[in-house]
Amino acid sequence: MASGVKPRVKVPKTASAGDAITIKTLISHKMESGQRKDKEGNPIPRSIINRFTCDFNGQNVLDVTMEPAISTNPYFQFQALVPEAGDFVFTWYDDDGEVYDAKKSVKMA
Amino acid sequence: MEFSRRDTFALGLGAAALAFLPMRAYASATDDLIAEFTGGADMAETGITLTAPEIAENGNTVPISVAAPGAVSILILASGNPTPPVATFNFGPLAAAQEASTRIRLAGTQDVIAVAKMADGTFARATSIVKVTIGGCGG
Amino acid sequence: MNTKLLQTVAALSLLAGVAVAGEDATLIINDEETMVTEAAAPAHAENLDRIYSGWVFRADETQVLQMDDFDNPAFVFTDQGQDLYDTVDGTAGESCANCHGDVDSFAGLTAQMPRVNSDGELETLTELVNNCRTERMGAEAWKYSASQMTAVTALIGLQSRGMPVDVAIDGAAAPYWERGKELYYTRVGQLDMSCSNCHEDNYDVMIRADHLSQGQTNGFPTYRLKNAKLNSRHGRFKGCMKNIRATPFKEGGDEFKALELYVASRGNGLSVETPSVRN
Repeated sequence: MASGVKPRVKVPKTASAGDAITIKTLISHKMESGQRKDKEGNPIPRSIINRFTCDFNGQNVLDVTMEPAISTNPYFQFQALVPEAGDFVFTWYDDDGEVYDAKKSVKMA
Repeated sequence: MEFSRRDTFALGLGAAALAFLPMRAYASATDDLIAEFTGGADMAETGITLTAPEIAENGNTVPISVAAPGAVSILILASGNPTPPVATFNFGPLAAAQEASTRIRLAGTQDVIAVAKMADGTFARATSIVKVTIGGCGG
Repeated sequence: MNTKLLQTVAALSLLAGVAVAGEDATLIINDEETMVTEAAAPAHAENLDRIYSGWVFRADETQVLQMDDFDNPAFVFTDQGQDLYDTVDGTAGESCANCHGDVDSFAGLTAQMPRVNSDGELETLTELVNNCRTERMGAEAWKYSASQMTAVTALIGLQSRGMPVDVAIDGAAAPYWERGKELYYTRVGQLDMSCSNCHEDNYDVMIRADHLSQGQTNGFPTYRLKNAKLNSRHGRFKGCMKNIRATPFKEGGDEFKALELYVASRGNGLSVETPSVRN
């Protein structure tokens, strides 16, 4: 499931030091649960994104352990503190070993 | 082999008990997961908010939100799913609030459970029942 | 299903008043674009007084997903559509962008589709895309409801978002429209039902746990929670036909094309909502 995986991230471009900002993330992924069967009745093996992390300038904001009950095209919304200008790094870990990431810079207003 | 009325009644009870087993298996799996997370500690009923729709239009995509001020992590379980774990949110030092929203899969009408582990080592729990509808044509 | 029962259901719904769920809700996208989700029915939809977007019939949680382009999962696919639009494919070494420039050059097109071309044939947006691919790009045609096709047609549809649906039904389009209308009112399948039985006589009624809409197509391709992907108009028609246990017509075939025109015309005046979110 490494093909066509595309992360989308929404982060304000600017913030004031100490601001709490809302972050939204979405990534295209089937999140094959391992519970389904194909047309011949054979189980379709599980293939999901099992972990999502968000860090800012090397410090962690959120680290999520994800299970097959997370919907297709996983979505998260959460709050982050921005102590200074810098970069948010978002990382998704696929069962198949692939790692997808996205980076967003925030400037001080 | 002949069955008396009483035998048949007993058989019926057995069947009912059997039919009930999977539910109990799920319930205990959920209880086990909670015990694993809390180490068997008591859970407060306050300090955590779980927001989920009363009725979900489609079990494939059910929006939920959790908030537990002061939590270090929040475990989400769907008690009626084939595998109850949904997600664990671990909040880092730069989390501005211990809250998050996501979209989850629910196999049917069931309790969604959120358990928060607070910074002081205590736990809090919230439960929300979500009715998952089976569509007419939409489902 | 017998007619009497249907009539009873219809009568009951009348008694209950025209309580369209979320009737008062307004679809404002990204806090700035207000959609027309209710309008006076066009004269040619003679059995309807008002027309309603399918958005109106959805639960609050589903409605919210369409109110912000980031929350709307369909945008994962329009992003993929943009990549496809910009990518060279086929023996001619062309991409969509090479000829058409920025995709916003397609503003307004989806609001008028399907339409009759210069050869007098009814043409859908999907066919336009495939014609370009095979005739100009030297690329293989995509399947009618392939993920690439719905991604690109959703991207093109997005350029018309907020514009009123305005398909032509007169002149050369008239015979196709008549054919579509005939199909709309023809009972088919083991359940012996027509489109109108659900979407005209009984919209706003619950069919089991599902809130029946008018079957408007102004939001297509639409992201459905059911299958977590973009769904084409013809794909949805096919699904409806299967539900009434009829043998579906072919996607891209003359029947569905005519039906697409007729159904679109019943929504003349609603905003294009592509890509919408439905259950």
